Amino acid sequence: MRGLTFDVAHLLAGTLVLVSFLELYQDRLYALLNMYALHALVLALSVAWQAYIQNAPHLYVTAAIALIFKAIIIPVALHRIIVRLGIHREIEKVVGVGSAMLLGMGLVALSMVVMLRVTAEADPLAREDLAFALAVVLLGLLMMVTRRNAVSQMVGFMSLENGLVLAATGAKGMPLVVEISIAFSILIAFIVIGIFLFCIRERFDTVDLQALDRFRGERG
Amino acid sequence: MMGLFEPVTAVLGIPAVAAALLVALPGYRLTATLNVIATFLTFLAAVSLFFGRPQPTPYLLVDDLNNVFIVLTTFVGFTTSVFSASYIGHELDIGRLTPRFLRFYHAMYQLLMFAMNLALIANNIGMMWVAIELATLTTVLMVGIYRTHEALEAAWKYFILGSVGIALALFGTILVYMAARPVLGEGLNAMVWTVLVTRAGAFDPALLNVAFVFLLLGYGTKVGLAPLHAWLPDAHAEGPTPISAVLSGLLLNVALYALLRFKMLLALNPAALAPGPLMVTMGLISLVFAAFMLYRRRDIKRMFAYSSIEHMGIITFAFGMGGPLANFAGLLHMTMHSLTKSAIFFAVGHIAQVKGTQRIADMGGLTETNPVLGWGLVLGVVAIAGLPPLGIFMSEFLVVTSTFARVPWLAIVLVLGILIGVAGLFLRLNTIAFGEPRGATAKAEASYVPMFAHLALVFAAGIYIPPVLVAWFENVAKLLG
Repeated sequence: MRGLTFDVAHLLAGTLVLVSFLELYQDRLYALLNMYALHALVLALSVAWQAYIQNAPHLYVTAAIALIFKAIIIPVALHRIIVRLGIHREIEKVVGVGSAMLLGMGLVALSMVVMLRVTAEADPLAREDLAFALAVVLLGLLMMVTRRNAVSQMVGFMSLENGLVLAATGAKGMPLVVEISIAFSILIAFIVIGIFLFCIRERFDTVDLQALDRFRGERG
Repeated sequence: MMGLFEPVTAVLGIPAVAAALLVALPGYRLTATLNVIATFLTFLAAVSLFFGRPQPTPYLLVDDLNNVFIVLTTFVGFTTSVFSASYIGHELDIGRLTPRFLRFYHAMYQLLMFAMNLALIANNIGMMWVAIELATLTTVLMVGIYRTHEALEAAWKYFILGSVGIALALFGTILVYMAARPVLGEGLNAMVWTVLVTRAGAFDPALLNVAFVFLLLGYGTKVGLAPLHAWLPDAHAEGPTPISAVLSGLLLNVALYALLRFKMLLALNPAALAPGPLMVTMGLISLVFAAFMLYRRRDIKRMFAYSSIEHMGIITFAFGMGGPLANFAGLLHMTMHSLTKSAIFFAVGHIAQVKGTQRIADMGGLTETNPVLGWGLVLGVVAIAGLPPLGIFMSEFLVVTSTFARVPWLAIVLVLGILIGVAGLFLRLNTIAFGEPRGATAKAEASYVPMFAHLALVFAAGIYIPPVLVAWFENVAKLLG
């Protein structure tokens, strides 16, 4: 039984990293949102599995939040926003797919090296989880850096948060306070971003952040 | 102490209740007054913590270290609310803010006070993180409140960079829990400061090291350390000036306080890496970088934002050096910088209103056209530049001498950075305050009390610091290790 629980947890966390890679090279916003929904779904499964093997029923709440809120509500809402903004047909120039993937692999390798080395004495399940979680966090960061579009940056940020949830649930027995706060902060963050997107749209007729740079206080 | 009146509850409860009230109440005069009253009561409650403090609970803690921070935060929060009342009145008159946004602004102000007090008073690393996240979100909303291109861009940038920082800090927090868990067992105890410090020596040092790197990058973004500072000048320049004052004077300190707590944790573990050199490096980079950046600023608020980066660099440097003297200097510098920088922003806010612009090129001869404001700004800049006999001179002098005694070449870099910054500031001050009057001008409808109160305190501290305060700071400096 020990072997199986470990393998499944490992598999799910690994899948999350894989989906992060899938997100990295999507050049259409719809496809990107679908990938994000998949990302959240895998996270929900992973958290639910952790809840089961750790015997921690409160983690099911976190899993449910991931499933309902992140895998369904947010992608649907973003779909609508994209349609309303009329940018659903836009194809985003992803900065060199090849180099982004290579960088991504480098980051995954980095997180493995760092986390596996420093957690040598922790229990194997937690350390693998933590290594994967760090990889997801770094990939989310990479996505935020390489994208210009506000919606894709947002997706990058949300995948990053997914990585944090994975880390928090992997840390056995971490108090409930934290999980709820994470879910809550994502909710708030989402509202904030939503408001901003609408304002940006109102003001600039674009969500391309490069266009925003022109308005920097000190140029010209 | 006295059953009904619990200082800790008051420090957290008054802002929370006031925020709820202010959302509901209409009218500028009423809400601005209420805002001032609420911050004043919070300040009184914070002061009463000096005389009797409650036992720590798993969630809340008041000790020598955070008591200083809480009093400073609530004090500057109070004076800023006085300044804000006159500043916002003007913004309302010229139509930059509508009454609806004003209601929102006051509620957010109190919410920010609540979040900062919670972050300072939290005994739980998870709760501290939540509070800093809340403070970030409220300030993001406030920075974007003018709804102009620049304000929205600044808010967006702040939001994205702030969130990434906050996310990294959470990862670090989780790692600290992971390090503590094998020693303290699962559950709440492994996230409580007062419990963590008792057993920190037994934690896995490697895990603590990685955790600290994440925490330094995460909370360091909030402190505004270079190269993670990119959000700071924009957020300071485009938001309402009272928010610039609170950001510079308080929120940066709160993030630094979080870092200090974790530094203390690491210092207790002999096998973990010394956090000092990392902080020294980042502090020094911030100082030198910001000092050079001061030269080409065209926007007055942006210029003082860079000056804040510079001073946060000095403070981080001092705490990184460690030891009783450098820590003492760091604490003193932090206090003096909070008071001085918010005083400067009070002046700058009114100056921008009088001139109708923030562009330095459109300002000139302020000491002639608006003598009180102009000389107030001159005094503030003299204070922030660290000329004797003002408070910042004392603290900078202590930082430099304590460094000189230990690592002379670092002290040389430090002094050079400070001097370059001072020259840059005076260059600009010369254009703004002296010479031929330039640009539009109007009579200032300002309340000068908060500005001069702060400057008077800074001046007094440069000449005489009460022995009680010195003893207190020395004690805290020893705690910091």
